[in-house]
Amino acid sequence: MTDVVATNQTILVVGGGISGMTAALEAAECGKDVILLEKNPSLGGRVSQLYKYFPKLCFPTCGMEINLRRIKARNNLRVMTLAEVTKVSGDKGNYSVDVKISPRYVNENCTACGACSDAVSAEFDNEHNYNLDKRKGAYLPFTMAFPQRYVIDPAMIGTDDAAKAKDACPVGAIDLDMAEENIQLNVGSVVWATGWKPYDAAKIQPYGYDRFDNVITSVELERMMDPQGPTGGKLIRPSDGKEAKDVAFIQCAGSRDRNHLRHCSRICCMASLKQSTYTREKFGDEGKSTIYYIDIRAIDRFEDFYQKVKSDSTVNFIKSKVASVVEDKDTGNPILKGVDTEGYKRYANPHDLVVLAVGMEPSVNFNDAPVDIVSNEFGFIEANPENGGLFGAGCASDALDVNRAVQSATASALRAIQVVNQVAEAED
Amino acid sequence: MSELNNRVVEKYRNNFLKEVEANVEEGDWVKMCMQCGVCAGSCPLGDAWEHTPQKLFMMIRAGKRDEVLSSDAMWMCTSCYNCIVRCPRELPITHIMHGLAHYAARLGLSPKNQPTQKFAQLFWDNLTKTGRVNELKLGLNLYFMNGFSEGVKKSLEMRSIGQGMFFAKRLNPMEILGGHGVKDQAGFHAMLDKAREIEDAKLDKFGK
Repeated sequence: MTDVVATNQTILVVGGGISGMTAALEAAECGKDVILLEKNPSLGGRVSQLYKYFPKLCFPTCGMEINLRRIKARNNLRVMTLAEVTKVSGDKGNYSVDVKISPRYVNENCTACGACSDAVSAEFDNEHNYNLDKRKGAYLPFTMAFPQRYVIDPAMIGTDDAAKAKDACPVGAIDLDMAEENIQLNVGSVVWATGWKPYDAAKIQPYGYDRFDNVITSVELERMMDPQGPTGGKLIRPSDGKEAKDVAFIQCAGSRDRNHLRHCSRICCMASLKQSTYTREKFGDEGKSTIYYIDIRAIDRFEDFYQKVKSDSTVNFIKSKVASVVEDKDTGNPILKGVDTEGYKRYANPHDLVVLAVGMEPSVNFNDAPVDIVSNEFGFIEANPENGGLFGAGCASDALDVNRAVQSATASALRAIQVVNQVAEAED
Repeated sequence: MSELNNRVVEKYRNNFLKEVEANVEEGDWVKMCMQCGVCAGSCPLGDAWEHTPQKLFMMIRAGKRDEVLSSDAMWMCTSCYNCIVRCPRELPITHIMHGLAHYAARLGLSPKNQPTQKFAQLFWDNLTKTGRVNELKLGLNLYFMNGFSEGVKKSLEMRSIGQGMFFAKRLNPMEILGGHGVKDQAGFHAMLDKAREIEDAKLDKFGK
C-alpha cells in the first residue's frame, strides 16, 4: 500500500508537466508540503516532447534537468506517477481527493539498466512520439524520464514476454502482481495543471490529415526534429522518406473556427515561425518554408522574432486560409488550394510536406471533470472566487506558451500557499 | 437608373456598407468577414466568378457600390452551401449572395442578359401560375430565351433527352395545355399577393 502523509496544510498539484512541476516546486521551496500527481509514468508533459522552445531556440531538456534537480532536492515534495484524480469533495482548506494509482509493475529497485526491454519482443505505439514509431512492452518513456524507472505495459501482463522481462531483471525490480490502488488524500488546496492536448487534426476534413501521409501536425514535426525521435532527427516526409525541403505551414488549423475551436490558441503562430527555422537548420538556403495565415499573431514581445523570420529569404508568407489539400498521386506531394487575400489570386501550390499548426484544447475538459470548478465554454478553468481552494495553472486555465504557463503556475502556487497559511493560522 | 436607386444613393451617400446592412438580406453579417478566403477556395464554381465572396465583402466595405451591384458574381452562386459550412465565422454567405443579387435586381443595376437572372425570372413566372413547376414549358421557355432560331436549334439538340424523359414518365407532353397545379389555387395566389404586399411596403421604405 502506498503510504502518503497528507494533511489539510498540504498542497496537491495535479499534472506533472512544466506548469505542475513549477507550481509544486514554488510551493515546496516556500516550505509547504506538496504532493505532485502525474497520470503518465514520467514527469515532463508536452514540453518534454518539444525539440526547441521559442523565442531563444534552446532545448527544453535543459530546463527539464534544472527542474528535476530542484525536485530531487526537496524532501517535502512527493511525486506520484501513474496517478489520476477520480473524485474531489470538501471545501477550501479541507479537501478530500480520491486518487487511483495504476500499477507500474516495476518497483524502486529498478536501476534503469534496460535488461527487461532487451528481453521482450512485443511492441506498442510510442505515445511519447505521438505514435509515429514503436516502443517495447518494457520501456523507459524517454531518456530524461523521472523517475528513472522502467514501465511494463499493462497489455503485457499474463504473457510470456512479461515473464521473460521478470527473469531478465538482475535486481528483482519487476513485480507482476502489482495491482491498482485507490487512496484518499486530505489536502488544503489543489492546483490543477492538467495541461493541453493538440486538437484532433483528422476533424479538419478538407486538410486530409487522415488521408495523406505527407500532412502532419506541428507536434509531430517537433518529434521528427528530435535526435531521439522517430526519424532520428531527420526532416523527412512519411510517405517515401524523401527530405522535406519545401514545407508548408497551415495556421489556424482548428483554431479561430466556429466549426472547431472558437478560441485563438495563441502559440501556433510563434510555433510555426519557430519551425520555419528548422528547415533552414537542416537544409540552409535550400530549405523553403511557406506559411499560410489569416493574420500573424506573434503575441506580446515576440514581434521581433516575427520580423527576423520575415527577413529570411527562404520563408514565404501567403495571406490565406487554405481551403483544401489534395494529393498528387505521382509524386505524393500535397497540393494546397485556396485564394490569396492579397490580390485574390487562386492558387494550387505543391509542397513536400504540410504541417498543420493545430490548436490547443484543455486535456481535461473541466465542464465535465469529477470536480466542481468554474470553467469557460472551452473547458478551461476560470479564475473565480467560487472555486475556493482550487486553482488552475498553465494550460488548464488557458491556451498559453511555456513562458506564460510558468507565470500562471507560479501565481497559482502563491494562491495555494495563502490557503494553507490560513488553515495553519486557524489551527494555531 | 431607377428612381428607387436615386433615392437610396441620396440617403446613404458614401456609406455602402450601411446601405447593405440595412437593405440586403443577412447584410449585417458582411462586417464579420475576417478575409481568410476559405469561402472563395471552397466554391466549386470559383473559377467562373469575377469576384469571390470574400472580395465582394471587402469591396462593400471599401464602398465600391457600382462594381458590387453590377457584378455577375452573386448570380453564379448555385447554393451548394459549401461556403456556409466552411466559414470559420459561420457567415450565411450563400444567403448574402442571393440577398445582393436580389437587391441589385430591384435597383435595376444587375448585369444585362445575365442567364441565371433570366432563368430565375422564368422559373418564378412558371411556378407562380399553378403552384407547381411545369417542366415542359419551363424547358421550352429556357430554350427560346434568346430568340426563335436559337430555340429551335436548342430544342433539336436536346431532343433525345426529352424523349428519354418521356419514356421514363418524367415528362408529360399534355403539360403544354396548362399542366397540373396545387389544389387550392385561389388560396395560393392570395398568399403570394399578401407576400408581394409586404415586400412592396418594405420597398417603399427604402431610402426613407
